[in-house]
Amino acid sequence: MNTTLNDPMDELAPTTSSEPATEKTERFVKPVAPVEIPETASLSVDAATKVCTRNLDFYYGNNQVLFDVSLDIPEKSVTALIGPSGCGKSTFLRTLNRMNDIIEGTRHTGEVLLEGTDIYASEIDVVLLRKRVGMVFQKSTPFPKSIFENIAYGPKVAGLRNKARLAEIVEASLKRAALWDEVKDRLQDSAMALSGGQQQRLCIARTLATNPDVILMDEPASALDPASTARVEDLIFELRKNYTIVIVTHNMQQAARVSQQTAFFFQGILVETGVTKELFTNPVEKQTEDYITGRFG
Amino acid sequence: MKLSSDNPFKKETELATDTQIEAVIAPTGSLQRSASLVRVKEGFIRTILLACAGVSILTTIGIIFVLFSNAVYDVAPDRIGADGKVKPNEAFFQIVSPVEFLTETRWTPQYAEKHFGILPLVCGTLMISGIAAMIGIPVGLCSAVYLSEYATPRARSIIKPVLEVLAGIPTVVYGYFALVFVTPYLLKPLIQDVLGFDVGVFNAASAGIVVGIMIIPMISSLSEDVLRSVPRSLREAAYALGSTRFDVSTKVVVPAALSGIIASFLLAIARAIGETMAVTIAAGQTAVVTGNPFESVATMTSYIVNVSLGDTELGSIEEKSIYAVGLTLFMMTLAMNIISQFVLRRFREVYN
Ligand SMILES: Nc1ncnc2c1ncn2[C@@H]1O[C@H](COP(=O)(O)OP(=O)(O)OP(=O)(O)O)[C@@H](O)[C@H]1O
Ligand SMILES: [Mg+2]
Repeated sequence: MNTTLNDPMDELAPTTSSEPATEKTERFVKPVAPVEIPETASLSVDAATKVCTRNLDFYYGNNQVLFDVSLDIPEKSVTALIGPSGCGKSTFLRTLNRMNDIIEGTRHTGEVLLEGTDIYASEIDVVLLRKRVGMVFQKSTPFPKSIFENIAYGPKVAGLRNKARLAEIVEASLKRAALWDEVKDRLQDSAMALSGGQQQRLCIARTLATNPDVILMDEPASALDPASTARVEDLIFELRKNYTIVIVTHNMQQAARVSQQTAFFFQGILVETGVTKELFTNPVEKQTEDYITGRFG
Repeated sequence: MKLSSDNPFKKETELATDTQIEAVIAPTGSLQRSASLVRVKEGFIRTILLACAGVSILTTIGIIFVLFSNAVYDVAPDRIGADGKVKPNEAFFQIVSPVEFLTETRWTPQYAEKHFGILPLVCGTLMISGIAAMIGIPVGLCSAVYLSEYATPRARSIIKPVLEVLAGIPTVVYGYFALVFVTPYLLKPLIQDVLGFDVGVFNAASAGIVVGIMIIPMISSLSEDVLRSVPRSLREAAYALGSTRFDVSTKVVVPAALSGIIASFLLAIARAIGETMAVTIAAGQTAVVTGNPFESVATMTSYIVNVSLGDTELGSIEEKSIYAVGLTLFMMTLAMNIISQFVLRRFREVYN
């Protein structure tokens, strides 16, 4: 490098290194609001608990991935599950509608209560449970059928045959999922021909068609472009008025935008739960603070 | 202290210096062409592999050539007979008109009054293949669905080898099984004694039944492959909508795999059409156009076997007729294979 030139790096270097490290850490961590927190990111205090888990442990074979998780999920609100990859968010979510049952060699101890009823009790019909607790996946999974048939699938397996009623449900579900205007003229076309964002809203509509009260969403927008993500977020935000929603997300901004309660998981342990606004602005646990700031600090 | 060491969620990445990197990945070998011996070896291996791949292609071309030159147009030069007369080398269709071949309903090349209508043989073949399909398709598909959707890994590990054994039984064994078991102990008591239809010693039904059993492993393993290739996420989505296992299998997985399944049916039917030994043994030799599965029929394959085994004079019209029949058979199975390839390709498109 030409030493006669005044290299800006040369001037900055000594000052940076002479600064005490502790001070620097302080400066990064203290102003904890890394994300904008909207006013909606808080709960009304009187919200009843819809789903709760009590001392839930979960194992894949001999590998324990959830440790003593007790979480209350309030009704008609969005609860966000955050935490680093592999910490057990998806596993926890899937215990809430017993989707883990279809994986060989899984077991749990503890309870999952839906309106006070243990969903793992022997008299529970898991098929009926999954109608009440619907699920939307990370990767959109339209069936290779028409748009209409995709939405009508749930009601049909539930035994509904009435054509007019099915058509009503399809229309209502698509409207609620903000997809109706885009597809109303091509309900008989293959769902596979829709765009990624449309497919994901189709999957949400398909879940709504079974008339659930709880909707579980596992990173529903992570495979979408920003515009489609915004639409899905708006939709989730709307849906909370009628449904209890639990959403896994890696995006803090998204958690802040759509949720009222946030639960932070780390290595299978539920570290901290709180009203979203408070958890993001004033976390109690050091680990929570590190995670939130680590991402955006 | 650095922030990152404090924060368990931040990846600790020590940046390696350039010299360290260079020490590891710097190119050291020369770029000159490798020694000529190595290149010769490479070329040799390549040639061997190509030759192996070429064998099947050459065989196919050879078969097509033999079929065509004996059935459609004989390319060999005319011969001079012992009596000094010119004997033209003529293929089957240079003697018998294709119209007669396709429309005549009698097939009597071995009789004094010769008729060459392929219909009785096609009829026999289709009847046996049809019976085989009626047995093989439902059983094969159900076992595929069982293996892919219901079976525990343990059950699979028992059933799969059993199916493979079934596929490995020589077809001649199936033929005798039809003749000495299916006809006397299954068809005679049930159809003849209970229902009152006469059942011949040789009959299409017994042959169709054993050919049906024969194609079960094929349908089941091909269909199972396509069922298993339906993404897991689709099944999970269906379960999450409140489906039973039966709903998931019949309303999501099978429809999603349908074209692949149909392709497996077509391949199996092509196999049934070409099946020879069991049919020759169990179905008899009566070339008739009939709808009765309990009487003896001749198929295209069993006719070819009989002429080949008999003391047919080389160059006679009888001998030439087997090439015409063989060509017809070849066209039918080729068509089935092409259709199934086409259908399979459509299946792949859905997921790619
Ligand atoms: N089907 C499975 N069989 C065995 N182990 C599994 C299975 N699914 C997940 N695990 C393990 O359980 C742990 C938690 O996984 P999980 O998918 O719940 O994490 P996650 O928080 O959703 O991660 P991500 O943010 O990457 O989606 C991981 O260690 C993972 O390896
Ligand atoms: Mg996950």
